[in-house]
Amino acid sequence: MGKSGIIGVDVGGTFTDLLLCAPDGSLAIAKVPTTPQNQAFGVLDAISAAGADLSRIGMIVHGTTTTTNAVLERKLARTGLITTRGFRDVLELGRRTRPHPYGMKGCFTPVIPRDLRLEVGGRMLADGCEHEPLDEAAVAAAARKLLAKGCESVVVHFLHAYANPTHELRAGQIIAGLWPNDHITLAHTLLSEAREYERGVTAAVNAAVQPLLGRYIARLSGELEKRGYRHEVLVMNGNGGMVGAATVAREAVKTVMSGPASGVMAAAATGRQAGIPDLITCDMGGTSTDVALIRGGEPGVSSEIEIEYAMPIHVPMVDVRTVGAGGGSIARVNEAGLLAVGPESAGANPGPVCYGRGGRDPTISDANYLLGRLAPPPGTDGARQDPAALRSAVEQIFETRLGRPLGLSPITAAEAVIRVANTHMAGAIRMVSLSLGADPRDFALFAFGGAGPLHAAALARELAIPRVLVPPRPGITNAIGCVVADLRHDFVRTLNRPLDEIDEPDLHAIIAEQRRTGETMIRCENLPVEHLRHVHSVDMQFVGQTHLLRVPLDDPTPTRAILQARFEEAYHRRFRVELPEIRANLVNVNTSVIGTRPPLDLAALIPSEGQRRTLAEARTATRPVRFDGKWHETPVLWRDHLPPDACIPGPAVIEQMDTTILIAPGDLAQGDSAGNIVITLGAAHDGT
Amino acid sequence: MALDPVTLGVIQAGLQQACDEMDLAFSRAAFSPVISEANDRSDGIYSAHDGSLIAQGAGGLPVFVGTMQHSTRVLIGMIAEGRVAPPVPGDTYIVNDPYLGGTHLMDVRFARPYWRNGAIFCWLSNTGHWPDMGGAVPGGFSASATAVEQEGLRLPPVKLFKEGRLDPEIHSIICSNIRVADQRIGDIKAQAAALDLGADRLDALLNRYGDDTVRAAIDELRHRARAQMAAHVRGIPEGSWRAQAFIDSDGVVNNPLVIDLEITRKGETLTFDFSRSSPPCQGPMNSVLATTRSSVYLAMRHIFPDVPISAGAFEPLRIIGCEGTFLDARYPRPVSGCAAEVSQRIAEAVFLALVEALPDHVTAAPAGTSGNFALGGHDPAHRRDYVMYQLSGGGYGGNADHDGLSNGCSTIGISKAPPIEIMEQNFPVLYHRYALREGSGGAGLHRGGFGLDYEIELLRGAARASFVMDHGRFGPPGVLGGRAGATNEVEVIRAGKRHVPEHLSKEQDIPLSPGDRVRVRTPGGGGYGDPARRDPALIAEDIRLGRYTAREARELFGHEAGDAE
Repeated sequence: MGKSGIIGVDVGGTFTDLLLCAPDGSLAIAKVPTTPQNQAFGVLDAISAAGADLSRIGMIVHGTTTTTNAVLERKLARTGLITTRGFRDVLELGRRTRPHPYGMKGCFTPVIPRDLRLEVGGRMLADGCEHEPLDEAAVAAAARKLLAKGCESVVVHFLHAYANPTHELRAGQIIAGLWPNDHITLAHTLLSEAREYERGVTAAVNAAVQPLLGRYIARLSGELEKRGYRHEVLVMNGNGGMVGAATVAREAVKTVMSGPASGVMAAAATGRQAGIPDLITCDMGGTSTDVALIRGGEPGVSSEIEIEYAMPIHVPMVDVRTVGAGGGSIARVNEAGLLAVGPESAGANPGPVCYGRGGRDPTISDANYLLGRLAPPPGTDGARQDPAALRSAVEQIFETRLGRPLGLSPITAAEAVIRVANTHMAGAIRMVSLSLGADPRDFALFAFGGAGPLHAAALARELAIPRVLVPPRPGITNAIGCVVADLRHDFVRTLNRPLDEIDEPDLHAIIAEQRRTGETMIRCENLPVEHLRHVHSVDMQFVGQTHLLRVPLDDPTPTRAILQARFEEAYHRRFRVELPEIRANLVNVNTSVIGTRPPLDLAALIPSEGQRRTLAEARTATRPVRFDGKWHETPVLWRDHLPPDACIPGPAVIEQMDTTILIAPGDLAQGDSAGNIVITLGAAHDGT
Repeated sequence: MALDPVTLGVIQAGLQQACDEMDLAFSRAAFSPVISEANDRSDGIYSAHDGSLIAQGAGGLPVFVGTMQHSTRVLIGMIAEGRVAPPVPGDTYIVNDPYLGGTHLMDVRFARPYWRNGAIFCWLSNTGHWPDMGGAVPGGFSASATAVEQEGLRLPPVKLFKEGRLDPEIHSIICSNIRVADQRIGDIKAQAAALDLGADRLDALLNRYGDDTVRAAIDELRHRARAQMAAHVRGIPEGSWRAQAFIDSDGVVNNPLVIDLEITRKGETLTFDFSRSSPPCQGPMNSVLATTRSSVYLAMRHIFPDVPISAGAFEPLRIIGCEGTFLDARYPRPVSGCAAEVSQRIAEAVFLALVEALPDHVTAAPAGTSGNFALGGHDPAHRRDYVMYQLSGGGYGGNADHDGLSNGCSTIGISKAPPIEIMEQNFPVLYHRYALREGSGGAGLHRGGFGLDYEIELLRGAARASFVMDHGRFGPPGVLGGRAGATNEVEVIRAGKRHVPEHLSKEQDIPLSPGDRVRVRTPGGGGYGDPARRDPALIAEDIRLGRYTAREARELFGHEAGDAE
């Protein structure tokens, strides 16, 4: 595949983004509207827009929201459940919760409706012993009944199948003899852990999206083949790895979070290249902001993500948390006379007032517009309107909705909106990083998404994060992630024993076995890999605790003494508590085997032909921009014209097709050889 | 000092953040699963002057929303009167006395002054539910205690940490009086470390904005929270509403207890008059005043979730007439049922009284019981004693917008139920059923949610079963024409014979042998609005999904189900 090209394509809620790495090494990008009815059309549009010749493309990697949207909108394939007698309602009863701590309202719709959840006799005990044999005739009858009710997909989910899967396997055989397709999910094969609700939901989601994903990928593959593509389409998994079209639907649930995962993978790759391996990623879009943590170039992976209320998906996925604020979040004055921002959003339609599409609610983007930080995006009606009229319309709305009730001018109200929004977002980012056991001050902020680079430096200031990294094309980061993503396999082995009862040779043998299995799997995938990396960790706790603390290991043969010491260090760092009185427990041994793909020269994302020799030549205008209560006449620079290694003291605004970067007075932005911009907070005084 | 609304908002977020981080750190480091899994804990910041609530973690257990300000206020008063030794930097008090601003004995409170330039700027305090505090029954929920001494060890405010060091003598007194004492050192350190973290966050906030600004912001925020609640109160028409909520029995004397509440809106004040309620009772269903007040606050916050948790928000709410009733119990009345059950009946009375005035905000009555079933015994296979708790949810009330949620958590809690598979791993029981309780949702335009129906068999060894539940005699009431949800039902099958507790929802120490079974059916939520107005398509859907039989639908909704099935 040396001479062939690579395409990364990500389908988001609004836009489909594509990155083409042509056979000659040149890069091209495309951004086209997403086609929600059939995402394949948008993908094909993006391929034509980039001018790709599919016969010369060796690899297409695809990030998709097909499964995510299907779950969130409950537009699912008709799916049946066959489960242990007495337990068909587990999927509806959940874990006895409510959507919000306060407020006794709220609803929940189970993935599989009650009339399609059938019970059969047969029971395993917690230790894996059979208490009652499987009622095989009942399994067959249930499968026939589900078929008669029009089910296309079926889940088998028995109590304690993680301890002994015999009944699930036998039921699978019986159903396979009756079922017209291979949409049969045995719950223990996806997740072999106790917790019947989480395992059941994970399996039910898998079954309910499997036919949809299968059909979509088949259709897309067919269309691509017609246009000359001769290889298998690869799909991004939520764990940041990729998987072939032929098998992706088998474990379709793993593609939930495919898009956000690829963004984080791109961030990790960018950070490694830039020599900044510890990042907090901040992907700020129109309605929400996704936050993730990258340590040592490795994104955190969690198996306990809940994608919405009572919808846990317990397969390894890049740990992305969503904060309910984005550029379109609406500001209002609440009953206490305080300014509140979000969670309501003006969304893409009508969008912020300054987009000129009839929006009437003051949003974060409008505040940025009034403060001179943001111009109406090209292509919106706002950009075509008379600037004076638009400004006066936005001011008017800020005056009546916010300024008057707060006793502020429209401009100071806009400043207030930004400050409040940043405070809340910074607080949420801090909670995310703390809940993952990290101190934000040890990280750089990686800003992407349309609105990320506009707020990043202020958020970093709020969080005491010293630096901000803005990649060359923040608006297509997910598509870049598809191209740079690694091959990855995760292994977890549960021991759950006090550390002093662990046999060191046994432990080392487990880790060695995990490494071997992963290496074999990667070899079989037959894709170009630079080198193999192994990441080891253990999950530990003190005996008697329920939460786990992940303890990274730097070699595959740790002694008990090292494990004890690492755990105590990690525990003290997190909680500042020492507990010599209590024994440590080793719960899980984790290994990830990662095939690192050849690096991509991201500098080429901004073509060198466009670059000017001096900053002055990259300047397109100056305009007044508001910082800290004062107007500053601020240069506006065009990103593609910036000289390489540009050194830009704030205040400055850098505009580009897909985002706007704000540099405050006192901060210093520097270009690097890979096309990134690194903003160092408070450095301008030393640097100039 | 004049403060702009933006600085105010930022300081408000900073105070809230400090509390949320304390909550998170406490849960993650705790050993007691009641804290680490069920989040039965809360952290907050309180005024140096009178202990009034400045901010409290959003993820704290709702029933603690108003208790810690009472306990901090009492502590400050006792120090001023010389009844408790005054603090020096590094001191942390421990207290669990219910009558000094608490709940029940298992809720252990830590309180520590936050010092600034040699003076107390504010107090940090947290509460955690310890798995055991001694007493007659493992876990402390005796259904038939008649004095607090039978319920466990009672600690007045004493310094557990002196100048930053754990006092080994007090620690050893505590550990000698409680069950499973060896892990409590972990909870003590986790609870104290959460306060350390809060102090760090306050340092950062004060260093950045200045002590005077933060102090002024705290005053202003209190004022504004009051204004926000007052604005909601003014939205209620002037007048009085009366409602009654019933507790099955006190566990000792088999008569219902009544919470008789009259709520009056006049001006910006909402007055809650409990004076017609039952007198103090012999069994453990008494409430202490702090819990009674807190229950009113949490009910109001369920109705108006946007009002911040702050002392100001409580100012328009006047609670009177508790003296002489079982809602203001004094030493030595037993109180173990106050936090889990009585509090929920108080909230129910508030909902029932206000639903007519606020039909869009208030729901019909939720199941409103924690459904506490405790099984204690010996497991011969693992040669160990055990105590198992099964807490369960029930249906929520229908409301103006939709049907009630099924199997929701208790009104005063936010905890998750443990998985059946984990229960069966840890205890010698087999679940035969864990199902939606069909037919239990109260009929209405929007029906109540459904309760839970579970059945457990004891597999080996002898054991004793205890129940502290409620709504066994009367189901959660419907409102505005809706009907009540199904009552709580408990039955024990011993040697094939069915036994129903005399008090229906409460009994202690029922002996069980292997093969015996326990079946619990939890309440459904009350219905909202006239059942005859329910959309026939929704009734047909409920029949199709087996939630009601066609016959039940006819009886409850007057629906002719000819088109269904």
